[in-house]
Amino acid sequence: MRIVKAVLTLFLTLWVGGAVAADKELKVGFIYVSPVGDAGWSYSHDVGRQAIEAMDGVTTSYVEAVPEGPDSERVMTNMARKDFDIIVATSFGYMDSMLKVAKQFPKTVFLHCSGFKTAENMGNFFGRMYQARYLSGMVAGAMTKSNTIGYVAAFPIPEVIRGINAFTLGVRAVNPKATVRVVWTKTWYDPATEKEAGKSLLDVGADVVAQHQDSPGPQEAAQEKGVYSIGYNSDMSTFAPKAHLTAPVWNWKVYYTKVIDEVRKGTWKAGSVWPGMAEGIVDLAPFGPMVPKEVQDKVNAEKARIIAGEQKIFVGPLKDQSGAVKLAAGAVASDEELLGMTWFVDGVIGTTK
Amino acid sequence: MSLLRIAKRQEPLGVGGSCCVLAAALALSLALAGVFLALGGTSPLSALSVLLHGAFGSRHALEDCVLKAIPIYLCALGVAVAFRLKIWNIGAEGQFALGAIGATWAALTFPELPKVALLPLMAAMAMAAGGLWGLVPAILRQRLRTNEIIVTLMMNYIAVLLLDYLVYGVWKDPTSFGFPMTPLFSDAAIIGRIGGTTINWGLAHGLVLGLLVWAFFRFTRTGFAVLAGGDNVRAARYAGLPYDRLVFLVMVASGALAGWAGFVEASATVNRLQPSIMVGYGYTAIVVAWLARLHPLAIGVAALLLAGLRVGVENLQLDLQVPAAFGGIIEGAILLTVLAGGFFTTYRFTRRKRP
Repeated sequence: MRIVKAVLTLFLTLWVGGAVAADKELKVGFIYVSPVGDAGWSYSHDVGRQAIEAMDGVTTSYVEAVPEGPDSERVMTNMARKDFDIIVATSFGYMDSMLKVAKQFPKTVFLHCSGFKTAENMGNFFGRMYQARYLSGMVAGAMTKSNTIGYVAAFPIPEVIRGINAFTLGVRAVNPKATVRVVWTKTWYDPATEKEAGKSLLDVGADVVAQHQDSPGPQEAAQEKGVYSIGYNSDMSTFAPKAHLTAPVWNWKVYYTKVIDEVRKGTWKAGSVWPGMAEGIVDLAPFGPMVPKEVQDKVNAEKARIIAGEQKIFVGPLKDQSGAVKLAAGAVASDEELLGMTWFVDGVIGTTK
Repeated sequence: MSLLRIAKRQEPLGVGGSCCVLAAALALSLALAGVFLALGGTSPLSALSVLLHGAFGSRHALEDCVLKAIPIYLCALGVAVAFRLKIWNIGAEGQFALGAIGATWAALTFPELPKVALLPLMAAMAMAAGGLWGLVPAILRQRLRTNEIIVTLMMNYIAVLLLDYLVYGVWKDPTSFGFPMTPLFSDAAIIGRIGGTTINWGLAHGLVLGLLVWAFFRFTRTGFAVLAGGDNVRAARYAGLPYDRLVFLVMVASGALAGWAGFVEASATVNRLQPSIMVGYGYTAIVVAWLARLHPLAIGVAALLLAGLRVGVENLQLDLQVPAAFGGIIEGAILLTVLAGGFFTTYRFTRRKRP
């Protein structure tokens, strides 16, 4: 009896296993710019990677902390040679390297996050994080008492500038008197530097600190001073439970699972995709207990408008810091304008240099 | 009351003995790395084979390895020149940055020049910029008695910030959407590849410069003076050697070689200037120079070894999901064990006789 059972089990396993193997096993490789333990950018992508790893017939692997430039080219080439079907690079600086490698391996699918160049077999993707930033700005604007909000920012590139502008527009929507002070760290992931930058903002009177950084350093700075903070990338409330109001967060799973299906069905096409809150790729982390109910309701109502496509955020009239009109009344900024944004809106204190 | 006593060797350990010590040190560091891997739940033996295969196991791997070794080699060569005089130049990183800046300036200013004119001009500008960056701490050291370790180290930060300033500002590519990078160099400003390989002609630069450095110490009077000055400053001064000038010379040469590495990297591998050109070759170079005991040929071997380690660790990550930090751990372990092994070339243990 026992033998029969064993044989049956074996048979069943083989049969089921064979059925799965009939569908081609997809190998997906990821390249991250920082260690996956950063709780930020690479971590959020890795959560997405784990979601597709859990899919049937998909195996994934990653190489972390790869410097942008020639090193990334080598890593991607190595992956392509090892017959990875899809290669995902998650930092802007990988773009040109990926383009070079993509030309050498026309059968491999290349996906680049946050850039603008594409090829026959290379697509790029990103998310409209500025929508979630706007909402987090509304929370910050409602919670500040000193009307000074700090913003620890990485590099003066369009992605970050766009985020600061959207945040500031959110702040001003609920609190026209508040200003946003920006400090550049020139790092993506440097916990000590980013914490110090957060402290420097607290010293000039900021009582809410937001960030475009991959470490939770600024969160810790805010918690130690007993003021509020807005996280980024992932829900950072565990690092600063008393300070963390909310955070604009990434949910890459939405895109990755979709693209895997497309590649498998053969419907994937190279191009640029820029999904937003409606698709669920960006979101707002749960509110901290200190955020009053009426603020939460107001933000959630606005979120519904964004999802419905009624709130486009960068809608004229928009003035820059000098008061010059950058976007005429009623006009909506085009994607090109958003992707190449190099100026601050009125209400930001700091320079884009 | 220990049974072992440390005694200085009458004669330094011979070549055979030194090789044994080196091999033992490498084995020890690999064993240490194996312990870390086993703790992380990875089989050390399969990891070692994946690592070696990724570094040296195929033609592609070897090409990648050589490509990576070129800038490390040039920087280490520079570092070794200064170390021979016991001038501790920790500033190869900054001199590398200045070299890249100098070469980029030439490439962006004269993009129309033919290759035969532009590449030498870029090399000359890189050497001049790197050399001058090396000269500053030398002058400060000899005139104001500053510590060259601190000054060269601090100047690294200045150099990197200067590079940032340029690529975020005046040299930024107007078509880059505001991202920090210069425009791509013209074809004339790019060092080509050797035949059908992916290796660039920077390899030949490295070989020639290595030969020159070796010949300088072996055959020239000044080279001998540097060696003598490194052995004993007072004796050298007493013998009438121009010590100040030697310090200036080695620091300029050191900076120029690191600058040349910056030129090769900007021109051949990155094809433009961007902040990510700085990946710590200048610091790796110090490790390499020490591992090789400052000998130009041995520096080549050590540079290949560490480049192989960096390349192989990527393979380890990809196949076995070992964390990226592991590469740094092995690198540190190798340096530590090899330096500790150096103790045995000048000292030995003798058994203490019972009274």
